[in-house]
Amino acid sequence: MLTEILGVVVMFVATLLLAYPLGKYISNVYAGKKTFLDVVFAPLERLFFRVSGIDDQKEMSWQANLYAMLTINAVWFVLCFVVLVMQGVLPLNPDKNPSMSADLAFNTAISFVVNCNLQHYSGESGLSYFGQMMLMFLQFVSAGTGMAVCAMLFKAMLQKGKNELGNFYSFFLKSCTRVLLPLSFIVAVILLFNGSPMTWAGKENLITLQGDTVQVSQGPVAGFVAIKHIGTNGGGFFGANSAHPLENPNYFTNIVQMIAQMIVPFAMIFALGFYLNRKRLAWNIFAVMSIGFWLLVLPTLYTEMQGSPTIARTGIMQNVGAMEGKEVRFGVMASAYWSIATTVISTGSVNSMHDSAMPISGAMQMLAMMTNCFYGGCGVGILNYYVFIILAVFISGLMVGRTPEFLGKKVEAKEVKIAALVAILHPLFILAGTALATYFASQNTEMGVWYGGKATGWLNNPNYHGFSEMLYEYTSASANNGSGFEGLGDNNLFWNITTGIILLLSRFLPIIAPIAIAGALAQKKYIPESAGTLQTDNATFGTMVFVVIFIIAALSFFPALALGPFAEYFSTI
Amino acid sequence: MWLPFLTNANVCAYLKYVCKTGQPQGLPLQNRFIISFFMKTKSLSLLDSQLVKEALVQSVIKLNPITMFRNPVMFTVEIGTAVMFVVTLWVLAGATGQGSLAYNVTIFIILLLTLLFANFAEALAEARGKAQANSLRKTREETPAKVVGFGGEIQIISSAQLKKGNIFVCEAGDIIPTDGEIVEGIATIDESAITGESAPVIREAGGDKSSVTGGTKVLSDKIKVQVTAQTGESFLDKMIALVEGASRQKTPNEIALTILLSAFTLIFVIVCVTLKPFADYAQTPITIGAFISLFVCLIPTTIGGLLSAIGIAGMDRALRANVITKSGKAVETAGDIDVLLLDKTGTITIGNRKATNFYPAQNIDEKHFIRCAVWSSVADETPEGKSIIELAGKNVLSLSSNLEKGKNEIFALPTDSIQYIKFTAETRNSGINVGEVRIRKGAIDSIKKIVTSAGNVFPDYIYTKTQEIAKNGGTPLVVCENEQVVGVIELQDIIKTGIAERFERLRKMGVKTVMVTGDNPLTAQYIATKAGVDDFIAEAKPEDKMNYIKKEQQEGKLVAMMGDGTNDAPALAQADVGVAMNSGTQAAKEAGNMVDLDNDPTKLIEIVEIGKQLLMTRGTLTTFSIANDVAKYFAIVPALFIASIPALQGLNIMRLHSPESAILSAVIFNAIIIPCLIPLALKGVAYKPIGASAILRRNLLIYGLGGIIVPFIGIKALDLIVSLFM
Repeated sequence: MLTEILGVVVMFVATLLLAYPLGKYISNVYAGKKTFLDVVFAPLERLFFRVSGIDDQKEMSWQANLYAMLTINAVWFVLCFVVLVMQGVLPLNPDKNPSMSADLAFNTAISFVVNCNLQHYSGESGLSYFGQMMLMFLQFVSAGTGMAVCAMLFKAMLQKGKNELGNFYSFFLKSCTRVLLPLSFIVAVILLFNGSPMTWAGKENLITLQGDTVQVSQGPVAGFVAIKHIGTNGGGFFGANSAHPLENPNYFTNIVQMIAQMIVPFAMIFALGFYLNRKRLAWNIFAVMSIGFWLLVLPTLYTEMQGSPTIARTGIMQNVGAMEGKEVRFGVMASAYWSIATTVISTGSVNSMHDSAMPISGAMQMLAMMTNCFYGGCGVGILNYYVFIILAVFISGLMVGRTPEFLGKKVEAKEVKIAALVAILHPLFILAGTALATYFASQNTEMGVWYGGKATGWLNNPNYHGFSEMLYEYTSASANNGSGFEGLGDNNLFWNITTGIILLLSRFLPIIAPIAIAGALAQKKYIPESAGTLQTDNATFGTMVFVVIFIIAALSFFPALALGPFAEYFSTI
Repeated sequence: MWLPFLTNANVCAYLKYVCKTGQPQGLPLQNRFIISFFMKTKSLSLLDSQLVKEALVQSVIKLNPITMFRNPVMFTVEIGTAVMFVVTLWVLAGATGQGSLAYNVTIFIILLLTLLFANFAEALAEARGKAQANSLRKTREETPAKVVGFGGEIQIISSAQLKKGNIFVCEAGDIIPTDGEIVEGIATIDESAITGESAPVIREAGGDKSSVTGGTKVLSDKIKVQVTAQTGESFLDKMIALVEGASRQKTPNEIALTILLSAFTLIFVIVCVTLKPFADYAQTPITIGAFISLFVCLIPTTIGGLLSAIGIAGMDRALRANVITKSGKAVETAGDIDVLLLDKTGTITIGNRKATNFYPAQNIDEKHFIRCAVWSSVADETPEGKSIIELAGKNVLSLSSNLEKGKNEIFALPTDSIQYIKFTAETRNSGINVGEVRIRKGAIDSIKKIVTSAGNVFPDYIYTKTQEIAKNGGTPLVVCENEQVVGVIELQDIIKTGIAERFERLRKMGVKTVMVTGDNPLTAQYIATKAGVDDFIAEAKPEDKMNYIKKEQQEGKLVAMMGDGTNDAPALAQADVGVAMNSGTQAAKEAGNMVDLDNDPTKLIEIVEIGKQLLMTRGTLTTFSIANDVAKYFAIVPALFIASIPALQGLNIMRLHSPESAILSAVIFNAIIIPCLIPLALKGVAYKPIGASAILRRNLLIYGLGGIIVPFIGIKALDLIVSLFM
C-alpha cells in the first residue's frame, strides 16, 4: 500500500519537475526566442510556409486567427470522414476491417478533430491502419490547435490597445513540431522498449499455454499511444485503451503515460508565467488547479481502497481495494489516480473501467469533467480557467469597490456577457443531453432507426447506475474528454449524432468565447497597477476563483449527481 | 466709519465681514456631519413610518409585470408566482399529486412576499428620495420673485415663471427664487438651506463667487441676479428629478452585474427544467410547487431584489454628503479614481494665503512701504490682496501712537487721477498709478524685470529675503515704487490640521494626490512635503491642469478634480469626475458632473468612498446571495427525492423534518433574507482603506463564508418552527 501511495506521489512530483522547464521552453517557442531545436525544425517550418504560401509573420486580429483555426479544422473533419467511410478499400488494412458507417464516422471524425476521442468503436475491429494513421495525425493537430489558441491568449494578455493576437499558423505549426513531436518521440521510444508493438503487420496467431489459438491484434501502437497522451487526446489504439497490455504493458509504462498526459497541461500554466513574466500568477493558477485536482483524487483513492461494501457484506476480504474492472499490474491506487487525472485533463484514456469504479469515484470523475478547468486539456484548460478568472475578477472587483480589472484591462459588461454565456454552455450541454436520453429511457420509447429497439436497451444497468452511464457520456462529450463509463450501448444513430453535435459545440464555443474576451481586452487601454488594484496572484484571489468554479461549475450538477452516483452510494452503504 | 476713503465696495464689504466674524472669508467649517437641509425638513430614520407606508403601497404597484421586466431575476420569480397561483386554483379544483392545498397556498404566499419584499426595498429607497424632493419642490413653488422689467420697474411673479436671462432683485430677508449669477451688488447669504452650514457666506458680482442658488436666503444688502438656468433645469429641479429616481439610468457596472445575474438565473432554469426527465427516470414525481421553490431559491433573488435599491441608496448617500451628482455613473466612477487634483488653496491650506509680514527694503521707511503695499492692493480682489490690507490695518497700532493719524497715513488715498493696474497673466503684477507715483506689486521675477529694465538695481537684500520666505513655504510679493524696490510682503500658507492623515487614507485607497498651485516650485515643494501630497503642479496656469489631466488619462488613469472658477471649467469637463463647488461659477458647475453644496474641497475623499461603497455593496450581496445556494441545495434536493429514494436521506445533512417542511423553510428563508438585508443595502457596506486584497479577504469571510453558513442555521431554525405546524 505504501508503495502504491509512493507511486502516485512520484507520478505527480515527476510531472511537475519535468513540466516546469518544459513551460519555459514552450514560452520561448511562442515568444519566437532561440531554442535548441531550431536547427532541426526551423528549415522544415520555413519550407512548409514557403510551399503553402502562408505568411507566418503576419500579426492577425483575434477574428482572423479564429477564422483560420475553424477553417483548418473543417478541412480535417472532411478529410477524416472520407478516410473512415472508405478505409475498407484503402491500403494498410491487413486485418480486412470494414469501412465505418456514416454516423459512426461522423462521430469519430468529430471526436478526433475536437481532441475528445469519444470512441464508439473498437480499434481492433473498427479501424484499418490507414484509419489509425489518420486519427494519429488528428491527435497531433487537434492538440496543436488547442495549444495555438492558448498561445493567442498569452499574446492577448500582453497586448496593449491593439487587436493583434499573433499568427495562428505559426503558433500551430510550432506547437506540433517543437513541442508535440519531440515529446511524443521520446514517449514512443520508451513504450517500444517496454513491449508496445510498432508494426504494419496484421493480427498474429498465438498458441496459449492452454493450447488455445488466439489472434492478437497489433499495429503501430507505440507511436499512436505516445501522442494519445502527450496531446491529451486519449483515443486508444485498442478498444480497452491503456488497460490493454500491448498499449500499456507494465507499471513503469503506466507512470510514463501518466506523466505524458499531464505534462503539457502543467507546462502550459508555467509557460503563461514565463511568457507574461508573471510567475506568481502561474503558480497561483497551478495551486488552485492542484487543490481542485487533489480534492477529487483523495476521495477517489479512499473509496477505492475501502473496496465495495456489497462485496464486504458477503465476507470476502478486499485488502487490496476494489479490484473490479482494474488491471492487477497497476493496482487500485494507480488506477484511481489515473481515473481522475484523465477526466480532469480531458485525455479520456483509461487504464481501468470507470463503470466498475465505486459510486463516489464515479461522482469524482464526473465532477472532474463538469468543472473542466483543473489543468484541462492541451491548451484549452487555461482557456476554460480564464473564463472563471474573468467572472471571479468581476465579482471580487465589485467586492473591493473598484471597477474590475485583470492584468491592467477593465472587465466590463461585454466581457462579463461572453464569460457568463460560456459558463452556461457546459451545464446546458450536459444536462440537456442527459435530459433527452433519460426522457426516452423513462418512457422506454421505441427508438426506431435511432437505436433499433427500446430506449432502455442501451443501458447495461438499471436505476441510478444507468442514469450515471448516460450522464457520464454527455459529460465526457461536453468536456471533450472522451472517456466512457462504458456499459452504454453508444454505437448507434442516437448517441453518435447527439454526442457528435455536443462535441462540436463544446469544443469550439469555449475556444471562441475566451479568445473573444481576450481580444476585446487586448484592445483596451492598459491601466497601470496602483495600490487600489486587486492583486490577482495571491491566495485570496485564488480562493475566489475556486469558489466561483465550485458554485457555478460544480453545484449546478448537484441534483443530477444526487440522482446518479450519490443515490447509488447511499443505497449501497 | 474709519475707512471712508475707500471707494471700492468689495473691499469695504470684505473688511466688514472680517471684522464681524473674526475670520477670513472662507469656506464652511469642516463639519462632517452637518445636519443638512434634507435632514432638517424630514427626519429620515431608516424606517420612518410615513416612508414605510408610502413604500408599502409602492411595492404592490410595482408588481406590474411591465415594471418588473426591467429586473430579469425578479421577473422570473413573478412568473413562478403566477404559475403557483394557477396550480393552487388547480388543486382547489381537485387536482391530485400536487400536494395539499395548504402547502401550495403557503408557497404561493411566500413567493408573493418575496416579490413584495424586493419591491419594498426599491420603493423605500425611492421614497426617501421622494420625501426630499417634495420638500424641495415646496420651497420652490412658494417663493415669489421680484423681476426687474425693461423699464426698471419691479414686478412680483412666481418663481416657476422665471425664464433664463430674467433679472430679479433680492433684498435682505428674501429667498432667492432660482439659480443665477449676481450682476450687481454684494450680499451675505444664508445657504444653510442647501448646505446646512449656518455661517453666512458672501456672494458678489464679478469674480468666482457670483453664483447664487435657489432656495437660499439673502441676509443683508441687495443684489440683482440674472437667471442662468432654464425653467426646469435649475439645481433644485435636477435634484428633484435625481432623488425621485426619474433620471436614474443603470450604470455600466450595474448592467454587467445584471447580465451575470441573468446568466445565473438561466443556469438554474436549465437545472430545474432538466430535473423533470431525471426525476421521471428515477420514478420520483415532483410537484410543481417543489420545482418552483427550488428554482426561486437557487436564483440570486437576494441581490436581484436589492440591486436597484442599492443604486438609489448610493445616490442618496451622495446627497447626504451634500453632493449633487448629475448621474449615478459619476458616483461609481468616483470609486475608481486613480489621481486626484486638488487646489492648494482652501483644500490643503486654510482659506487663502495671508500676508504675515512686511519687510521694507534697506533705507525705506516701514510706514511708507506699508502704504505702498496697501495702495497697490486697494483694487486687488484676490484674497491675498485683501489680506494685505487686513494686515496693514493690524499694523497701524504698532506703527503709530495715534490711531486715527496712523490710519490716515497709511490708508489715505488721493482722490484724483487714480489708475488701477489689473493683474494679467503676461505682466504678472498689479498695482496703481496715483498721479506721478507708480506702484506695482508682484512675483519677484516680474518686479525684477520692471526694476532692471528701468536701469535700477534689484537689491541683494531683497533677493535673499525672498529666498528665505520661499524656503519656509511662504510666497514673497515684491513691491516697487517708480521702479525702485521698496520691500517684500510675505504671504504664508497655513496647512489644515488633519489634512496629512486624509492624504494618507487616499494613498491607502490607491489614489494619487496632486496639488495644484500658482506658487513657485520651491514653495510648492515645501507645502507638498508638509501636507504629504504625492505630486504637485507649481506655477500652474489653467491649461496646466488640463494637460496634467490629459497626460494621466492617456496612461489609462481616471482623474478627479475639484474646481470653482470659470478657468476650471475645461479641466472639470475633461476630468472623469469633476466636482464643482456650489459657490463657484455657473460655467464650472455646468462643466463638472457633481456639485458640492458645502464648497468643501476635501469632499472628494468622501465621494470616492461613496463610490467604492456602492460597488462593494453590490459585490458582497451578490456573493452572499450565490453562497446561499449551497445550503438551499442541501435543503431542497434531498427533499425532492427522499420519498422515492429513501437512501438520499444521507444528503439531508441538516436533518430537516420532512420534505414539505424543508422546502417551505428554504423558500421562507429566501424571502425574509431580503428585508433583513434592506438596512445593509441602504447604508452600504463599510469601506476601510486597508488595501484591495485585505478588503477582499474580509468581505469573502463575512459575506462569502457567512453566506454559506447563515442559511444552514436559518433554514434549520425555520424548519424547527415550520415542523410545529405540520
